[in-house]
Amino acid sequence: MAELSNQLMAVTVLAYLAAMVLYAGEYAFGAKSRIGRAAVLPARELVGAGAPVPDDQPPSPVAVVPNSGRAEWVGRAAVGFNLLALLLHLGTLVTRGIAADRMPWGNMYEYILSATFVGSAVWAGVLLRRPALRHIGLFVSLALVLLLGADGMIAYTPVGPLVPALQSYWFIIHVSTIILASGILLIGAVPAAMFLIRDGYDRGKRRFPYTLGKSLPDATLLERLTFRLHAFAFPLFTFGALIAGPIWAEASWGRYWNWDPKEVWAFISWVVYAGYLHARATPSVKRTVATWIALLGFATMLMNLFGVNLFFSGLHSYANAGGM
Amino acid sequence: MTVVEERPAPPAAPPPRRPNRLWALLRNSWRQLTSMRTALVLLFLLAVAAIPGSIFPQRAVDSQRVTEYYAAHPKLAPVLERLGGFEVYASPWFASIYLLLFTSLIGCVIPRLLDHIRALRLAPPDAPKRFDRLPQSAPSVESAMTPAEAAAMLRKRRFRVKLREHEDGSVTVSAEKGHLKETGNLIFHFALLAVLIGVGFGHWYGWHGNRILVAGADQGFCNSLAQYDDSTLGPRVDAADLPNFCLTLDKFEASYQPDTGQPKGFEATVGVSENDGPVKTREFTVNDPLRLHHANVHLIGHGYAVTVRFTDRYGASQTKTVPFLPVDGMFTSEGVAQFPDVNIDPKTDRRDPALQMGFEGRYLPTVGTGATSTYPAENAPALFLTAYRGDLGLDVGTPGSVYSLDQGQIETGDLKNVSGERPHELKLGETWTLDDGTKLEFLGTRPYATLAIRYDPTQSLILVGAVLGLIGLMLSLGGHRRRVWFRALPASPDSSGGTLLAAGGLPRTDYPGFADEFAALVKAAEEGNP
Repeated sequence: MAELSNQLMAVTVLAYLAAMVLYAGEYAFGAKSRIGRAAVLPARELVGAGAPVPDDQPPSPVAVVPNSGRAEWVGRAAVGFNLLALLLHLGTLVTRGIAADRMPWGNMYEYILSATFVGSAVWAGVLLRRPALRHIGLFVSLALVLLLGADGMIAYTPVGPLVPALQSYWFIIHVSTIILASGILLIGAVPAAMFLIRDGYDRGKRRFPYTLGKSLPDATLLERLTFRLHAFAFPLFTFGALIAGPIWAEASWGRYWNWDPKEVWAFISWVVYAGYLHARATPSVKRTVATWIALLGFATMLMNLFGVNLFFSGLHSYANAGGM
Repeated sequence: MTVVEERPAPPAAPPPRRPNRLWALLRNSWRQLTSMRTALVLLFLLAVAAIPGSIFPQRAVDSQRVTEYYAAHPKLAPVLERLGGFEVYASPWFASIYLLLFTSLIGCVIPRLLDHIRALRLAPPDAPKRFDRLPQSAPSVESAMTPAEAAAMLRKRRFRVKLREHEDGSVTVSAEKGHLKETGNLIFHFALLAVLIGVGFGHWYGWHGNRILVAGADQGFCNSLAQYDDSTLGPRVDAADLPNFCLTLDKFEASYQPDTGQPKGFEATVGVSENDGPVKTREFTVNDPLRLHHANVHLIGHGYAVTVRFTDRYGASQTKTVPFLPVDGMFTSEGVAQFPDVNIDPKTDRRDPALQMGFEGRYLPTVGTGATSTYPAENAPALFLTAYRGDLGLDVGTPGSVYSLDQGQIETGDLKNVSGERPHELKLGETWTLDDGTKLEFLGTRPYATLAIRYDPTQSLILVGAVLGLIGLMLSLGGHRRRVWFRALPASPDSSGGTLLAAGGLPRTDYPGFADEFAALVKAAEEGNP
């Protein structure tokens, strides 16, 4: 079973990679009919490519362009591979859990596997509800391929039982909520970055990252999605890191808060995301500034996920990084 | 921390009679401090200030690692010490940031609380003259509902409603919903304050200590300061305030994976006597502490204590049981057995400091081919010791580690290695005869448990605060404040009996779903659907 899980893991990465290549294909060859760009579209149709985007956003005008066929098929195939990869990802997790006879988040390898799964599932949900956002898929699948690749290469740990310190029902509560929250926060950074690029493009910036902006969804839509993902994940993260974590820490180590490196960085992430929510709720702070804060939060989450495990040792060290 | 959504501008202050510069400065500084911008800056400072605590070892977390850091960076360490680098979260600069932040918070949430209470007691404001200026509006249509019925319909949907009749004969229904958002917001921020105060009181009135408890009735422990290996009392706690209880470790069981040696489970069985009462047998383990009255006993580690008997040159023997500290997952353990009061000549009854004995080395529960243990359980136990004779340096009174010999004494030559470079191997029950005829016998081992004993009087209060804060947070993030108005114009003579109702709606926060909600309300009024 452990063997099967490892093979599924490899196939999962390949499937995400295939989805990424197909997204990139659509990105490169399909003219993007975005909201508010209907005016430029006739010219584009002459070039012979135009991907219609079913858009169910009530406030935005729907731009339907005659289908050029090829790019649309490539885009659909990308979504298909993405969903297939998600299923394989789930299979990897389930077989890993069966092999170990416990929840599959007992070490860093499994933790990242689970967190990326949550991120990928949230993305699939967004994709099915808002097909207009399909173009983000390139960046999401790129992030997933990189994270899973790094996970498999750096953090791989053979299947083993839980150390006694993790034998507690708080293991399930604390770690699962953190995985869920981190997954959503990590995926929330994607529309955040997209918003900044799109917004920069709309304001006339034409340097490199902003040139990508012309093919991205409407800035308001991206910004709202960013906020909703963060507003959903923040209370979850609060519960997982600042309530469930301390309750377990009290039972296990005797003290509810130990300023262990993992805790310090969770605290930092929490403070930064709190800053994002405050900044966004304040009219005098620009939405771009608020979104930059969200991206800073993303950086602190990455630091906690990889950096803390690799550079510091502390109470959370049983989340071992595969011998590093 | 003010989240200004749509707060009306404060009424213009009356011009001061005598402009007082100091007062103006104070007032402006206060406004500056309680502004959102300052709060955001302070939040970021707090995040940045927390980083050094994850980079440098913290004394409160692991003082051993601070000592190691001193050894590794002898120049940098004292500088860091002065800057508070080893006690970041107790340092004045960290405290000043969070105290400023909380002052800013108080300065913001108290006026907001007053505003909110006022808003809760006020009726929703009257309808604006023109609905078409609002984000949502519906023109006058013949509706099945009278204004009073529309008001009842809104009330049923948990709006706060006010019906007003005007002189021109028109009737307006004003409705508002979503005050829970601000309520939740205030609960969240006050809960944060409660948690901070709770943490402060917990620090003042709490205490904790660590202790290695070796198995056996002769190795019992009673809760007094002197019996701890290390301990910290809160500033408001006196040593006499510690609760009275005694513990003996009756049994300690550890089980491991047969192949990898990874631990599977631990179980400590102790005899507990509280307030000199009868001894009760209790069991506890990792993640499941022993909860006593005003003290919690946590199992945070375990190891082996080695029992050796030393027989000196005059035939007198002493037996000692000393804990050895594990240095790896297979419980290769290091420690020292010191015998300062040996080789006392029975004729003179005088102690010769040059003839004190110390044995330093390793204990391996399972001996393999190398210098480390190959399995954490005692499958093939052996001691590897080096014998030292001379002045152990214990009489000087400087506190040193009880797990290693005083290296200073060895360097000065006052304490000499008398057994050669290679440590001597002692299997269980074996006796080692030294060059002067004295003997060391390896009698056996006993398990020990490392206990962290703590009391924090406010931790349940903090939990309540944190949970309330989370509830408030969800209310504040999920809620939407919005207003809806209906206006019924005086019936014209040719109307067919229905009421002409116009409607307008104003979302007071970013709320994409408001259009749908508004349309549903208008439809309900039109169709007479209560």
